[in-house]
Amino acid sequence: MTTNGIVAGIIANLVIVEVDGPVSQNEICYIKLGNTRLMAEVIKIIGKNAYVQVFESTRNLKVGDTVEFAGHMLEVSLGPGILSKNYDGLQNDLDKMKGVFLKRGDYTNPLENDKKWGFQPLAKVGDMVEAGFWLGEVKENWMAHKIMVPFKFTGKFTIKSLAPKGEYTILDTIAVLNDSDGKEYNVSMMQKWPVKLAIKAFKHKPRPSKMMETGIRCIDSLNPIVEGGTGFTPGPFGTGKTVLQHALSKHAEADMIVVAACGERANEVVDIFTEFPLLDDPRTGRKLMERTTIIANTSNMPVAAREASVYTAMTIAEYYRSMGLKILLLADSTSRWAQALREMSNRMEELPGPDAYPMDLPAIISNFYSRAGFVQLNNGKTGSITFIGAVSPAGGNLKEPVTESTKKAARCFYALSQQRADSKRYPAVDPIDSYSKYLEYDEFKEYLFQNISPDWLEKLLYAKNLLIRGKEAYEQINILGDDGVPIDYHLRYWKSEVFDFVILQQDAFDEIDSSTPIKRQKYMMDKVINLIKDSYEFETFDDVNKYFRRVINLLKQMNYSEFESADFKKFEVELEQILNERRVAQLA
Amino acid sequence: METQAFQKIYTKINQITKATCSLSAKGVGYDELAIIHGRLAQVVKIIGDNVTLQVFSGTEGIPTNAEVVFLGKAPSLKVSDDLAGRFFNAFGEPIDGGPAVEGEEIEIGGPSVNPVQRMKPSNMIFTGIAGIDMNNSLVTGQKIPFFADPDQPYNQVMAIVALRAKADKIILGGMGLTNDDYLFYKNVFDNAGALDRIISFVNTTDDPPVERLLIPDMALTAAEYFAVQKNETVLVLLTDMTLYADALSIVSNRMDQIPSKDSMPGSLYSDLAKIYEKAVQFPSGGSITIIAVTTLSGGDITHAIPDNTGYITEGQLFLRRDTEIAKVIVDPFRSLSRLKQNVIGKDTRADHGQVMNAAIKLYAEAANAKTKLENGFDLTDFDERSLDYAKEYSHDLLAIDVNISGEEMLDTAWNLFKKYFTQAEVGIKKEFSDKYWPKD
Repeated sequence: MTTNGIVAGIIANLVIVEVDGPVSQNEICYIKLGNTRLMAEVIKIIGKNAYVQVFESTRNLKVGDTVEFAGHMLEVSLGPGILSKNYDGLQNDLDKMKGVFLKRGDYTNPLENDKKWGFQPLAKVGDMVEAGFWLGEVKENWMAHKIMVPFKFTGKFTIKSLAPKGEYTILDTIAVLNDSDGKEYNVSMMQKWPVKLAIKAFKHKPRPSKMMETGIRCIDSLNPIVEGGTGFTPGPFGTGKTVLQHALSKHAEADMIVVAACGERANEVVDIFTEFPLLDDPRTGRKLMERTTIIANTSNMPVAAREASVYTAMTIAEYYRSMGLKILLLADSTSRWAQALREMSNRMEELPGPDAYPMDLPAIISNFYSRAGFVQLNNGKTGSITFIGAVSPAGGNLKEPVTESTKKAARCFYALSQQRADSKRYPAVDPIDSYSKYLEYDEFKEYLFQNISPDWLEKLLYAKNLLIRGKEAYEQINILGDDGVPIDYHLRYWKSEVFDFVILQQDAFDEIDSSTPIKRQKYMMDKVINLIKDSYEFETFDDVNKYFRRVINLLKQMNYSEFESADFKKFEVELEQILNERRVAQLA
Repeated sequence: METQAFQKIYTKINQITKATCSLSAKGVGYDELAIIHGRLAQVVKIIGDNVTLQVFSGTEGIPTNAEVVFLGKAPSLKVSDDLAGRFFNAFGEPIDGGPAVEGEEIEIGGPSVNPVQRMKPSNMIFTGIAGIDMNNSLVTGQKIPFFADPDQPYNQVMAIVALRAKADKIILGGMGLTNDDYLFYKNVFDNAGALDRIISFVNTTDDPPVERLLIPDMALTAAEYFAVQKNETVLVLLTDMTLYADALSIVSNRMDQIPSKDSMPGSLYSDLAKIYEKAVQFPSGGSITIIAVTTLSGGDITHAIPDNTGYITEGQLFLRRDTEIAKVIVDPFRSLSRLKQNVIGKDTRADHGQVMNAAIKLYAEAANAKTKLENGFDLTDFDERSLDYAKEYSHDLLAIDVNISGEEMLDTAWNLFKKYFTQAEVGIKKEFSDKYWPKD
């Protein structure tokens, strides 16, 4: 028997429902408003009163309106067809909605019920299986989409029958499983899973060790992130958080990208909608949209659905990770998600924590970040979710609760600096404040040694030190004046500027410079570090300044040219001539 | 607003605060309008039979036995082509002495546009002000505020932009506008012969502050009518959004909500986003562009109002007095148009992006040189040149009284580059330097 209720109170999107039976925390219910049904989620229960957050506007709702409880938590539908989709925070397919404006209570099917998929069995009758076991696969875009034993199944099962190779819809039964008592269960290509719970159908979660190549030099060449790693990018507005997130989604070496546009500008999502179907994915030669799924719950869409959107995105990522894929999950911005929690907490009149955020904010954030990671599946294959969240600190103050809570949970910190953005040094990731904890991992050090070069880590650490020393020199020059310091200080400052301009700064809007493959990064890193280690001789500080401007200019022209092209080599020759003008001792 | 027959009249109010009244009533819808003691009010909270009303014009003088009638609808506006050229108050009632507008009645604060139905904004709005066109190009469907201290001429600049923008309709939403500023806009538009494409919703400083909360939704409901049903390009001017946010904090305070940063309600971000996100480019050609004003207190952009605004809008424009040239300029460092990449080099010449960046970088060098000078250090030859360059750059391109075309501004910049620097110092991609570096 399902539980019903009636509306007893309304405060914006918080509705109090008097219920006639059992309800559970986070249960979904539908409030009837004329012919439409408004979806809501239980967030607190006191006696007969269930407090529900409505995922829609509550305009015209009345006390006495009826409510039906669904008997389950907020769930997403998992199956072939998720790739390339544009969903809202509750996994409604935005493209299936009619009309220019979003209508209340317009819930659309996230998948296609009648589309046929070419199924290829991977298991055989009699196999012992458990949740997440690969029963078969279908081709989704370019990807082998595994059909798995539903994650809700607990314990061991035997395959009683399995559909032969052929064309099936997501609702057709493709397997019948027996549990240990001989009870039969039908399995189709579609399953449901509650978004607030992590999918745990894997063997274990080892420490990550492989580098996730992003094509962004200030990450890869200074503070690299790993497959299955976590990172976050806090920054005041206008420092390029979203440009950085978009660059990551375009160039990162991942099988699939899930973008959660959470409470941000709609036009930014439109950029992805319009660009990605046209942009080529150099890895597969297909279009970028074919490896991308977008969860768009922009700032003007209902606040409660915004909170759900990051969970929806994470659950979809976990589903694909269980197929042994490399997923990159991007959320822009997790601060908006925290603000949605704050709005609700406030309406429920909870005692506030710092800045009126709920007291358990740090726990909620760290719980969420912990769902990312590198996993070994039960069949020995591996999969990963790399998660990078943007944080929008109020007033650009990194001491605010969302940034602080995230800092405790995420392993890479990419601080976007107002000062760098003001001087148009993009990406404005502060090279000194930012860090990657993965550089301390022995497994990762070994990976860099084997896969990039034995001296990569050494060069990288050298560069970090160079930047700090350059900054110190710059401060001294500012305090004591250009001629109040030895020429050596100018040299040190300008060498750090070479690294900054050539390696760290990158033009996200230039076709060639926007993404740098690791091979090219290594080449330029070697080039720059070597010329920095060389010794030069100057008479006046003004000479240093002029000279290195020329050096930087040529290296930048190299960055803008096709790698190893005639132009590239021409600039390189020119550069060598300039270097020889002043170089007194050359390294090795 | 007339009452209809057979409506139940309540006469027992339980609780009165400065902005709200509560009473027992049945069958009331959330967000519904009511008339209490002849004043307009809106339902903001219902617990059982207890209904809380927010009274827009304040509760001064309301007795506990005041008559309350519920209107059975949310705030709405009648839309038709007759809106053009008219002036209204926050409730959509004419204040210009003309007749009431007839047309389809639409609830304000309506639903959001489905993001997949939007088009990428990509038509540049040319303003002639090079500080905007060159460094912060505006695009139809964009939302952008002026962040300005009260002493800056933002109303004048906004009026210039509005008139040069070639919009089909200009909708002015004035919140807490002084009567003088209201008359300023009226005169400017009148003198430009543009009055027939202007629609104004005005709440002046004489009106109760809470009424302001209706202004943006009224203005944007009218905007949506012209943009969606008539496929027109609509420019919405909202001034001053700081006063709007102040009104929000008054209401949330009266409702005993826990304030977050700077005494603003915790929902400030969502409240502002709901307004600004109405800016949109439709595939059918219609568009809504929002240019707003957020006044700052002592230039502080970390205050919750400008801070939340900055995260929502697509950039911000800063005005600053440049004492070197004794003119107000568009500050190239702090101003930003996030959508400029959509049009730079597409609606403008291919060298635009690189010229813009190089010009600003050199201007930044001048700022460094200036600091050195102030600290009493010797300047290098490069420093001297960049200081001279900065003065001319500011005068010829950044000042708000500049009115030149897109080509002219780029040529002006190239001439300045050549006058003061070498090609290596400017550091522009060679293909552009080869083409545009002025020949002797």
